[in-house]
Amino acid sequence: MLQYTLKRLLFMVPLLIGITVICFSVMHLAPGSPTDLQTQMNPRASAEAKERLRALYELDKPLHVQYWSWVKKLAVLDLGKSFSPDSRPVADKILERLPITILLNVLSMILILAIAIPIGVLSAVHQDSLFDKATGVFVFVGFAVPTFWLALLLMIFFGVNLNWLPISGIRSLNYEYLPPGAAFWDFLRHLILPVLLSAFGGLAGLSRYMRSNMLEVIRQDYIMTARAKGLSERTVIYKHALRNALLPVITILGLSIPGLIGGSVIFETIFAIPGMGQLFYMSVMARDYPVVMGILFIGAVLTLLGNLIADVSYAVADPRIRVS
Amino acid sequence: MFADFRERFLKNKIAVAGSIVVLALFAVSLLAPWIAPYDPSAIDLKLVLAPPSAAHPFGTDQLGRDVLSRMIWGSRISLKVGFVATGIAMLIGTILGALSGYYGRWVDAVIMRFVDIMLCFPTFFLILAVIAILEPSIWNIMIVIGLTGWMGITRLVRADFISLKERDFVAAARVIGAGDLRIIFAHILPNAMASVLVATTLGVAGAILTESALSFLGIGVQPPTPSWGNILTAGKDNIDIAWWLSLYPGLAILITVLGYNLLGEGIRDSLDPRLR
Repeated sequence: MLQYTLKRLLFMVPLLIGITVICFSVMHLAPGSPTDLQTQMNPRASAEAKERLRALYELDKPLHVQYWSWVKKLAVLDLGKSFSPDSRPVADKILERLPITILLNVLSMILILAIAIPIGVLSAVHQDSLFDKATGVFVFVGFAVPTFWLALLLMIFFGVNLNWLPISGIRSLNYEYLPPGAAFWDFLRHLILPVLLSAFGGLAGLSRYMRSNMLEVIRQDYIMTARAKGLSERTVIYKHALRNALLPVITILGLSIPGLIGGSVIFETIFAIPGMGQLFYMSVMARDYPVVMGILFIGAVLTLLGNLIADVSYAVADPRIRVS
Repeated sequence: MFADFRERFLKNKIAVAGSIVVLALFAVSLLAPWIAPYDPSAIDLKLVLAPPSAAHPFGTDQLGRDVLSRMIWGSRISLKVGFVATGIAMLIGTILGALSGYYGRWVDAVIMRFVDIMLCFPTFFLILAVIAILEPSIWNIMIVIGLTGWMGITRLVRADFISLKERDFVAAARVIGAGDLRIIFAHILPNAMASVLVATTLGVAGAILTESALSFLGIGVQPPTPSWGNILTAGKDNIDIAWWLSLYPGLAILITVLGYNLLGEGIRDSLDPRLR
């Protein structure tokens, strides 16, 4: 097990290097030097900011020197300072906004699992039934729905027309005057719509995946053995088949991380949630270059870590992976 | 083989439904100047945010412009973005996948690691970062969506090439002295086009969704050029008074994406019924 984990860790190194190279190239995409572009596009970037940027990226040195010194700073999470008037370190700005983004993504992932797995299993067990066909249509339409549009519709319906749920921010104006229990409930109410919508995007894919997994497992010999020795259909499906069909889901969870993190830009912007996605959006609009590059890098590293965790837990759950 | 395909395609309800939607969209965007009831940029300040009526079936926006006309013109943007972006992705994906699958060894290793690295980035982050540096314009968006969407096609084409290159017809081509490039592009590639075609059709749908999300966030197609995404931005700004600005453009996106997805599925079924 340890050996497998080490192997995966080693495999991450070239990917990590690749990530830094791509971030670095994106930074140098700009025609001319990034500082020129910054000052042209951003009236807030003063001559002093330009000088700071020049120093940060050491733009007067050759490319490989620039890259190396940039990587050395990355290694200690020195992502430079923001262009915005507060000029705070980029790492601080990102880290203070990371928890809410991670909380939202974890909650929506739990919701995806809780809904998609039963749907997938039931439609596989009752293949070609009305339920299977109905969920099939639902999934097909689900793939095509622009989630930000669905967000708007739900905001209009639950927020504006019915006035049941708040549609912006993560706490009400009177939050500080609420007793702890009510304050927590207030916080939860603000999360309902964003989490629902963020989960909606992943629902279709996972339930289809679960269905095809389950269909494949049901046809295996050991399922026939279980039936042959007289186990009830319930035990066969929910004990023998389900366990094996669930295994590959771990990998899919890992693979769905970039989509979830990427989607947080849209949801956090629509619902005004002060997370990393909203920071990213605001920085893109303000052309706050160091923050944009910092979040791009952190987003990729989070994905890499998510995949590593998925790989390792898959190996823990399924001994066959460790051996091959 | 093509006659076979046509017969199966026309019998396939999904494929026919998808084609009808897609063809109708083509017609709408081609005929936009003639079928749009109003000039899409004609401002009428007496009719700001008018709800749907006989004169303006989808209502008017915050500047009194006719929403239906703006949506009809906006369909051109979706079409353009869908095809150019996916074209770029298909080109890169096919070439890299072909090289990777055909040559194997270090070529394969390098290209596949590159794919792995690209897949680490949340695509939307990468697109936004590049747009932050370049100007947000329709051309930049098409290019960026294309440059960040080729990885899936690369993997598909690679898998096809790995199995196809062992076939007898490839050995035969080599025996009569065909070079690598000729074998790749003239002999193997046509046999791998089926999966590329399906992936491309589905890719158009994905590109349209991405463009509308970008335009919705204000980093895509810039006003006053109408696009479905940027009409929805106005819908969000006027969320408590003008539901029609939010409802109709989103429906248009939904139907379009559904159409391309149906078409893609239909093509897949008709090309090879065994794939199902």
